[in-house]
Amino acid sequence: MEIVLKNISKRFGAVRANQDISVAFYSGRIVGVLGENGAGKSTLMKILSGFQAADSGEIWLDGQRVRYRGAQEAVRAGLGMLQQDPLDVPAFTVLENFVFGNPNLANPRQKLAELAARFGFHLDADALCGQLSIAQRQQLEIVRLLALGVRALILDEPTTGISAEQKELLFSTLRRLAREEGMTVLLVSHKLEDVIALCDEVIVLRGGRLVGRTSMPTTPQALVAMMFEELSPIDARPSLPLGQTALRVESLHLHVDRLHLHNLNFSLRGGETVGLAGLDGSGQEAFLRVCAGLLRPQRGRVCVGEQDFTHRSYRDFRRAGVYFTAAGRLEEGLIAGLTLTEHVALTDEGDDGAAWINWIDAEKRAAARIARYQVRGQPYSPIETLSGGNQQRVLISLLPEHPRALLLEQPTRGLDVDSTRWIWQQLEARRQQGAGIVFSSAELDELVTYSDRILVFYEGRCVEVADVRQTSADALGHLIGGNF
Amino acid sequence: MDSVLQNTLNTVVSNATPLVIAALGETITERAGVINLSLDGSLALSAMVGFVAAYAAQRSGVSAPVALALGVTSAALIGALMALIIAWGGITLRRDQVAVGFILTLLAADLAQFLGQDYTRIPGPTFPTVPVPFLVDLPVVGPILFRHSLFVYFSYVLLIVCWWWLFRTQGGLAHRAIGERPASAYARGVDVNGLRYLYTILGGALVGVAGAAFSLNLKPGWANPPSMRGDGWIALAIVIFGGWHPFRVLLGAYLFAALRAFASAAQRSGDVGIPLVLLNAIPWLAMILTLVFVSSGVLERLLRVLPRAVQNRARALLRSDPPAALGTRFEP
Repeated sequence: MEIVLKNISKRFGAVRANQDISVAFYSGRIVGVLGENGAGKSTLMKILSGFQAADSGEIWLDGQRVRYRGAQEAVRAGLGMLQQDPLDVPAFTVLENFVFGNPNLANPRQKLAELAARFGFHLDADALCGQLSIAQRQQLEIVRLLALGVRALILDEPTTGISAEQKELLFSTLRRLAREEGMTVLLVSHKLEDVIALCDEVIVLRGGRLVGRTSMPTTPQALVAMMFEELSPIDARPSLPLGQTALRVESLHLHVDRLHLHNLNFSLRGGETVGLAGLDGSGQEAFLRVCAGLLRPQRGRVCVGEQDFTHRSYRDFRRAGVYFTAAGRLEEGLIAGLTLTEHVALTDEGDDGAAWINWIDAEKRAAARIARYQVRGQPYSPIETLSGGNQQRVLISLLPEHPRALLLEQPTRGLDVDSTRWIWQQLEARRQQGAGIVFSSAELDELVTYSDRILVFYEGRCVEVADVRQTSADALGHLIGGNF
Repeated sequence: MDSVLQNTLNTVVSNATPLVIAALGETITERAGVINLSLDGSLALSAMVGFVAAYAAQRSGVSAPVALALGVTSAALIGALMALIIAWGGITLRRDQVAVGFILTLLAADLAQFLGQDYTRIPGPTFPTVPVPFLVDLPVVGPILFRHSLFVYFSYVLLIVCWWWLFRTQGGLAHRAIGERPASAYARGVDVNGLRYLYTILGGALVGVAGAAFSLNLKPGWANPPSMRGDGWIALAIVIFGGWHPFRVLLGAYLFAALRAFASAAQRSGDVGIPLVLLNAIPWLAMILTLVFVSSGVLERLLRVLPRAVQNRARALLRSDPPAALGTRFEP
């Protein structure tokens, strides 16, 4: 399907999310839509797929001007969007999800099986959707949209939270759809390697404007140059003389749900960074929580410094200088509905044990952190109104200056290259002050770049990569897949 | 079969029927993501209005069937009106549904007592017992299930329709989806808030019918304080107990009525040696124990023994999670 956008503009309050964007996409092509966080790529795609209305501008599909109200009308016009969090109903079975919204489908069970078999998807029609992995839910959405007869597919950050093999399956599916059916595929992503691996061409947005369009192949450097006006350079990462043991785990045994961690030994010294690699749910999340006192191990010891902290609460760990931040920023890390000042007050005063809050002082401290951590927001801004990158900055700003150990679950998840580097500058500064850092990440490059050692988890087993400098992201990828 | 036992079970079914109708109505509402907490007040007010309407109609010389129909209709309208207030407050005015429901239930209960004070303890029209031809002659179940008033038969039909609609139709998919994940339903072209209005009002109308089932059949007439006081809360508890599934809701209502019958029988015989307070608490204790059982790991372990194909069915039937979007607002 040929898609032409003409002069699309959209504002949210004072923010111009899209400014006068005109662009065309052609049949059988896979086009990457690149841009940093807040560049306006999601907004543009939501306008195209009917989830949002543009303030002005026109959409033409196959030479005809279309106007639709709502995503359903866009689907009827042939345009389907796969959201980052697939828009299904977790309480429904796979089959019910497949049928819902498509009442004229004859013999749905067979149709679902056919489509799934064609692309090599494993979808149990009677399984509950809520029990599927993100990748399977994406697959379900894709076959659902295909059954509705869409001729163009938009995917918003589809590779977040899925494994390398699932990503390969997704990409081969998209290639086949483009080559065999002449489908137009738009891939919204901030991951350059995905775009380079899959796309025929790339458009780049910056500050709500279309700033570049290029055919593939091209180099990552060229794409980065288009995405960012200027890049903060990666500081050379000095090896530091290691300090004392900050955290030690001895013969740890842990059973949570289906996960078994077995006889795990680990120690972290001041001034070093240890990366945790592995697919989601391989044990690294549970391990981090054990180190923070948030999960109780069945056997084994957790020591902070030289003291035994097994079975003590997270509060005690914090008092001893061990801090944890969760990947779910708004779910676990921050509190939606509270302002920045309230977060500062909650963190600081809570640690002092003072009963009364000095609001004037708390607001001053919030303002100071906003300035120091370059947060785009005000002390009175409710935290959920900030963008993801700014929420992460707030989360980092709430960590103390001189911790003993930082336990960070995917500290840069969903952030663009620039924000990621900035976050790491802050973390490095704390490491140089003597803190030990343990972090998990799904990005192999990040693990290789910022770690002194890496622990790779696979189904609860764990192997250590001691010399990261001799390891490539590829070799790490093999380990993550279980090829120890 | 022992005819005493048959009679007891027959009474259990008829005693449970208003609860069944009210709880199925609330199930319809909650499945759409709206919580109507005004049940206790709505039941009282609609029972009172239903009785007064039927009574007044009969006094003005209308035949009994027409008077009864008028009574049921006006009770249903009152229930629907209460639900409309919930929907308007919760959806259009974007207020907290729980808060609106609480206020409404208190208001309606007091209003029923105040407006109904001139109509207490007077005889009015009642629904007769109508055995179903042929079915009543069935061995064992016939006399238990098919010698009742129309309300009981209505509850059977309602149960089947409710289940069929929720789990066998496209409309039912949309109905459940707006209670689970309205954003998904909206993306598939469903008018989320429009349907929420519809199912809230429909559920409320059924609560109204349940009110009429009290005052025109089970406990005919009107009294201050009303005899069904507290039953609205029980109906709400039965919806939770029933896991928002029509058949389990019915089962819950029957179980509750059976335990109540047992408790009062034990009280009457007077020599069981159990304190009265404890006897009255038996239905509640049983409910709490069942909820604990359903949500504990024991059930999940039992389920895993079953073959895979049956497992999902059984899980859907036994699930105890509320609709994920229950009580939340949706703004497209």
